[in-house]
Amino acid sequence: MAKDEFEKREFKIVGTRVPRPDGLDKVTGRARYGADMSAPGMLFGYCLRSPHAHARIKSIDTSEAEAMPGVKAVVTRADFTHVPASGGTKDILDNVMAGEKALYDGHTVAAVAANSRSAAKAALKAIKVDYEVLPHVTDVDEAMKPGAPELHQGRQQESVPEGFSQNVLARSQYGHGDVDAGFAKADIIVERSFKTAATHQGYIEPHACLASMGNDNQADLFCCTQGHFMVRNTCADIMGMESGRLRVTASEIGGGFGGKTTVFLEPVALMLSKKSGKPVKMTMSRDEVMRASGPTASTSIDIKIGVKKDGTVTAATGDFRYQSGCFYSMNGALGAMCGFAPYDLENLKTVGWEVVTNRPKAAAYRAPGAPMAAFAVESVMDEIAKELGMDPIDLRLLNGAEEGTKAAYGPTYPAIGLKATLKAAKAHPHWSAPLGENQGRGVGCGFWFNFGGNTSVSLMINPDGTVNLSEGNPDIGGSRASMSMMAAEELGIPYEQIRTIVADTASLGENDVTDGSRVTFAVGLATIKAARHAIEIMKGRAAATWGIDADAVEWVDGAAQPAGPNAGKFPPLTLKDIAATMSKTGGPISGHHEANAEGAGVSFGTHICDTEVDPETGAVKILRYTVFQDAGKAVHPDYVEGQLQGGAVQGIGWALNEEYIYGEDGTLQNAGYLDYRIPVASDLPMIEPVILEIPNPGHPYGVRGVGETGIVPPLATIANAVSRAAGVRMTSLPMSPPKLLAAIKAN
Amino acid sequence: MKFQTPHSVEDAVAILVADPDARVLAGGTDLLVRLRAGHMTPSAVVDIKRINGMRDITSENGGWRIGAGVACAEMGEHAALKADYPGVVEGAELIGSTQVQGRCTVVGNLCNAGPAGDSVPALVAAGATVRVAGPNGTRDVDVIDIPTAPGKTSLKEGEFVTSVFLPARAANSSDAYLRFIPRTEMDIAVVGCAVNLTLDDAGVVTAASMSLGAVGPKVKQVDASALVGSTCDDAAVEALAAAATAAATPIDDKRGTIAFRKDVSGVLAKRAARAAYTRAKGAST
Repeated sequence: MAKDEFEKREFKIVGTRVPRPDGLDKVTGRARYGADMSAPGMLFGYCLRSPHAHARIKSIDTSEAEAMPGVKAVVTRADFTHVPASGGTKDILDNVMAGEKALYDGHTVAAVAANSRSAAKAALKAIKVDYEVLPHVTDVDEAMKPGAPELHQGRQQESVPEGFSQNVLARSQYGHGDVDAGFAKADIIVERSFKTAATHQGYIEPHACLASMGNDNQADLFCCTQGHFMVRNTCADIMGMESGRLRVTASEIGGGFGGKTTVFLEPVALMLSKKSGKPVKMTMSRDEVMRASGPTASTSIDIKIGVKKDGTVTAATGDFRYQSGCFYSMNGALGAMCGFAPYDLENLKTVGWEVVTNRPKAAAYRAPGAPMAAFAVESVMDEIAKELGMDPIDLRLLNGAEEGTKAAYGPTYPAIGLKATLKAAKAHPHWSAPLGENQGRGVGCGFWFNFGGNTSVSLMINPDGTVNLSEGNPDIGGSRASMSMMAAEELGIPYEQIRTIVADTASLGENDVTDGSRVTFAVGLATIKAARHAIEIMKGRAAATWGIDADAVEWVDGAAQPAGPNAGKFPPLTLKDIAATMSKTGGPISGHHEANAEGAGVSFGTHICDTEVDPETGAVKILRYTVFQDAGKAVHPDYVEGQLQGGAVQGIGWALNEEYIYGEDGTLQNAGYLDYRIPVASDLPMIEPVILEIPNPGHPYGVRGVGETGIVPPLATIANAVSRAAGVRMTSLPMSPPKLLAAIKAN
Repeated sequence: MKFQTPHSVEDAVAILVADPDARVLAGGTDLLVRLRAGHMTPSAVVDIKRINGMRDITSENGGWRIGAGVACAEMGEHAALKADYPGVVEGAELIGSTQVQGRCTVVGNLCNAGPAGDSVPALVAAGATVRVAGPNGTRDVDVIDIPTAPGKTSLKEGEFVTSVFLPARAANSSDAYLRFIPRTEMDIAVVGCAVNLTLDDAGVVTAASMSLGAVGPKVKQVDASALVGSTCDDAAVEALAAAATAAATPIDDKRGTIAFRKDVSGVLAKRAARAAYTRAKGAST
């Protein structure tokens, strides 16, 4: 475990609701998103995509397209001659430009760059692809069976027992104790099977980039991403170039939620630019985003829980089967680790399965793998509470994890906030509010690991005493505001005196992707340490000015002052004073910090939801929704509340209507926002966020990640509310009206 | 692609006759989306909104003539039209979003010939007609005869719809339109149902019509005689619901199952009948 970084302190800026620095640009349209950049002589790039779910590419004839007016480059897989060093990157290359086979509806098989959009689109139609259509599979349970159409050969890991299709790539197991002995002690055992559909992150901004590669093998790439250092490293590996020759700049980002933690267009745009010698801009349509970016896994899960009459869980098992599209992705294992994480269990066994199908490769989606696992586990917990006639919060408090509990995935928890969220939920007026006819209330818990990771921050003192901070993580959750706040807090200067920017890959050290709810924690930690570094330098300058020892200087309220009467009597030197004279006292002053941050601090949440079901149509209305989450120190409460509300909203969509619908032919039937139904504003009540601030010992201010946990409880919470309102247990998501009405009628 | 703005019906017909690949633009809320998605590539777009009368709602023989360029939101702001045909207006005001309703038109919704068009069932239940202009002059056609199949209309080459006409209202008449969508707005009907009623002074139904959307290749007129002679009591309404369920011929698709759509056809028939009845009674007090 990381050393204890936390020190209790009175905050002046952290915890306030200062104006966001990106607000004006975003509301006036001045902000530059992925598609907003242009370059002289720029071409427009488009992809040709497979219309088949699974097909061998026998040949591709691009000659007619290449001869068309305005067409400057056509690329296929044959142009990607370099073999990436990393296996994961090979899969990414196979995903962004199909090799021998097209593995899903929408898989890119060729791309064109031309001097107009219409010329490029006309050229796509002139490319002749000879496909041999192969049998396909899109359902996880079907894909696991021997004899299922197989996507790959020889990729199955040794962990997979015999008797499964080659589509089953990996099996992992977690737990402790003796589940057979545990079930033998149970008075009641509930065993249920669940299914969840694949959903999309639903970010508003489609993927877009502008690539420019010169024949000196130096390149610039501007793109919409959650991690431009990842884009640089991945693209350099695919292109066979040195990463230092590729500079990547992140655009503003119109949502990511995990879906922009990989690349789709970027290597294709670079190859088109390399081949044409011109800058190439590529933008996905919504249809392309739905068909060929990275939705989440669909799942099939079995849960068995045994309890004594007093509610004590004696044993639990879970089998988590996840399909993550056409390449390996660790999702089932995460489900197997997270599903039972809120509980203190003596006997537990969980198994996670990673399965490939003819769908686009899953990308991360906010706490990847965890919401579906929580749906299954928390549904069974609710059924047990109902059977025992027990308050479902009491059942969870009785079995809930706390400091010292051996977690479902192995380690022993430090101080955690699960029970605090449960107690807050129970004490909240929502829990005891009356319900009407056809209404039901659900509760659910959720867990997410959170992450630290590689981080670099630079903090520059300007001659006029203003401060610039460079971070290397695209700001998707308010990090520019949070970093400025933490730097201002540490330096003891006003928030307005600091401007934070997201620096490009050539301007800062390595940074991991904006994921794992890591940025406010890890970049915040590096920001505080960079500020402390600058403070040390400034203290040294003051000491030299006064002719006293640096150890005899302290930093208070934005100024250096002698530490006590023995140090001498000098008027304080403010940051501005020191900045104004820094040229004469030793030159420019900057602080920086680089670390692979540990001590992220796990996070728990409890949600309550009231629903009303129309028993004649199966329509569900969300009446009231309250989120309780351990957020650690909330640096900017507006952003934290937004994260809790946003997680709930995405969960509401996932629970009620969102789903990837595939036809008999394996093609996606609803590639757009008309028939892929994310909630609209009028579908939602005001979602009340309740922030609990249990300090994370791994951060100087007690900060822990908040972005992902909020999407873990909703699927279960809403399913429990709907099941209680409709009087029938719903075990399949989404609970769309046709499905719910059929269940009500069958009851 | 050419963009043309004729100022007379004759000029518009001449353009359409000369160029069979031209497409008519009224509100454009379907056409422009299809153009951008690359689903159609017309040789010309003919904007009819500048033709005299296209944007007017006028009283005619006690009924209402609504120009082909009238936006659905404008219908919602027309108090007298709304008082006569609240069901027609509520259907028109369910299309798309608030922004879309500022541009979209009922005639466009009709000629788009989507089986789920929200403004069409109430027009059919109201016995509305449209005026069609073409190379051989004008003709009036029942609304239900315009769509023939998904995306197909009975309009001939060179023809376009210039207006829709809602007949004069008998006393104690009203209508209602309800649709089922999985969300609360910005969606497409999984089932749509309009009921149009006339009562006598005692509150007994003397005439009833019903129409269903999204449960067949085109809008359906369904026998609503179960309500005639009743005061919209439970038995009559249940009989109407059974008629709706029986008449619905939906398909299984991404938006709903056959069983669901047949069930919900009945549910909406009941609810729309009760809403129309309440309104018709209210109109007589």
